Amino acid sequence: MSTTTATAIVEREAPVAGTRSTPQPIPMSRIVGVELRKMFDTRSGFWLMMSVGIAATLATAATLLFVPHDELSYDRFAGAIGVPMTIILPMIAVLSVTSEWSQRSGLTTFTLVPHRSRVVTGKLVATMLVGVASIATAFIVGAFGNVVGSAILGVDTTWDIPFTNVLTIFLADGLGMLMGFTLGVLIRNSPGAIVGYFVYALVLPAALGTLAAFQGWFADLQGWVDFNFASSALYDGTLTATEWAQIGVSGIFWLVAPLAIGLTLVLRSEVK
Amino acid sequence: MIKVEALTKKYGAFTAVDDVTFTARSGRVTGFLGPNGAGKSTTMRIMVGLTPPSSGSATVSSRRYADLPNPGLEVGVLLDASAQHAGRTGREILTIAQRTMGLPARRVDEMLDLVSLTEAEAGRRVRNYSLGMRQRLGIATALIGDPSALILDEPANGLDPAGIRWMRDLLREYADQGGTVLLSSHLLHEIEVIADDLVVIGNGRIVAQGTKSELLEAAGTVVRTVEAAALVRALETAGIQALVSPDGALRTDADTTRVGQVALAAGIALTELRSADGAGLEEMFLELTADSQREGVAA
Repeated sequence: MSTTTATAIVEREAPVAGTRSTPQPIPMSRIVGVELRKMFDTRSGFWLMMSVGIAATLATAATLLFVPHDELSYDRFAGAIGVPMTIILPMIAVLSVTSEWSQRSGLTTFTLVPHRSRVVTGKLVATMLVGVASIATAFIVGAFGNVVGSAILGVDTTWDIPFTNVLTIFLADGLGMLMGFTLGVLIRNSPGAIVGYFVYALVLPAALGTLAAFQGWFADLQGWVDFNFASSALYDGTLTATEWAQIGVSGIFWLVAPLAIGLTLVLRSEVK
Repeated sequence: MIKVEALTKKYGAFTAVDDVTFTARSGRVTGFLGPNGAGKSTTMRIMVGLTPPSSGSATVSSRRYADLPNPGLEVGVLLDASAQHAGRTGREILTIAQRTMGLPARRVDEMLDLVSLTEAEAGRRVRNYSLGMRQRLGIATALIGDPSALILDEPANGLDPAGIRWMRDLLREYADQGGTVLLSSHLLHEIEVIADDLVVIGNGRIVAQGTKSELLEAAGTVVRTVEAAALVRALETAGIQALVSPDGALRTDADTTRVGQVALAAGIALTELRSADGAGLEEMFLELTADSQREGVAA
């Protein structure tokens, strides 16, 4: 640092308070833009974003290497890419919220925009934009693998994912991100919320799956109370009316109620 | 102008801020002075809406902070220089502020220049910044919107002597141009050299406030002479109580003019005559801190 003792000049265009015009309110688009920027501008954030493309590429390569040639299809590629996406995308959602508390940058963020609901809305919109772009990237990388792979191996290119299933996969990943976002506002601590998500996504399904396997009464009930279980049907496409209803009902316990509690806490709590 | 009225913040049975009322006027530097844990930071956090008050209000230019449409353009805030994402570069942190406020991009370079952070330093991640560099970056963030008021919590922490001098000149000039500055400190001498007005807080309550000269004048006079005993008698005759300090100087509550007149009338030659320069303020400040002293317990 150049240590200076010289009198620094503060350039102020309108020095006297009261002579300036009232500033315009900060538009929502600007908040979304800034939040989007904040998801990319650290090394960890940047590589988390890059990992979407990297993981999609690795999964595509693995599919080409390990899947028997006559079984190669778009569904194979999409299925392989989908696994890392269900982990990475919710992490992006978690960190977009929790870093304000864990890194304490919220002190500046919530001072520059003193309406926390606007900041949180901006974060949600930015997260969903990143989500949609990531899933689209994953589909494109998978399609590229499918075309190139079948050409190299001399087999027919098989496109076996109906468009409605593409939409339900977007929805499934979107709900996963919303779950990450919910844990973010609820826990407001990066390691805590990440662990919370892994418990939700990896530990609970195993536990509840075991319970359903041995207890008939729970197997009948599971779709209605286990959101993760209910929403996993979205990856396979065509859902029955009952399955849609199960996503809605279980979503109330797992997503809507915790999100409402989390948002209330974010709006009221002290930022230190 | 920043106005705080009857502000109170309770955490259960504990009252962190107790009925605090003061005004920071434009064109002046107001020093918010108090020992650690006195309630300075809590008061400042309430002023910018990060902590909800139990009762009372705080306004900037007659409006609640939350009602300011784009607060960064009206109030520059620095609450904790270390509260930044450690993985961002200094330049990036300024850019985020510049974008949020909707300012032209050149403001970032102007501010880096103003706080003397070089191009290379601005490109480094804040994780690698010294506390002094973080303070400079925080000042830059506070000033980037060209606000008419500044709220700074312990801005001199971590600055070297040259840095403290730099900050003093910067804030002086800012106030001279009509800006309002409210800055806190737990160091009396630090705030004495920069503030025009003082608000002293202890255990959540305001214990003294006024212009610096008022508070310092109240501290009385120090006078030296070879005929100390004679001067004490002369002063007593004039109705002024004086005490002889162990170092031979006389201390009294009367002002310097009065003491000088008495000495002249009594024909006593003085070797030194000056105002006690905040010795009384320091005394008060030490008393304040005595209650919350931790040395006795911890060390």
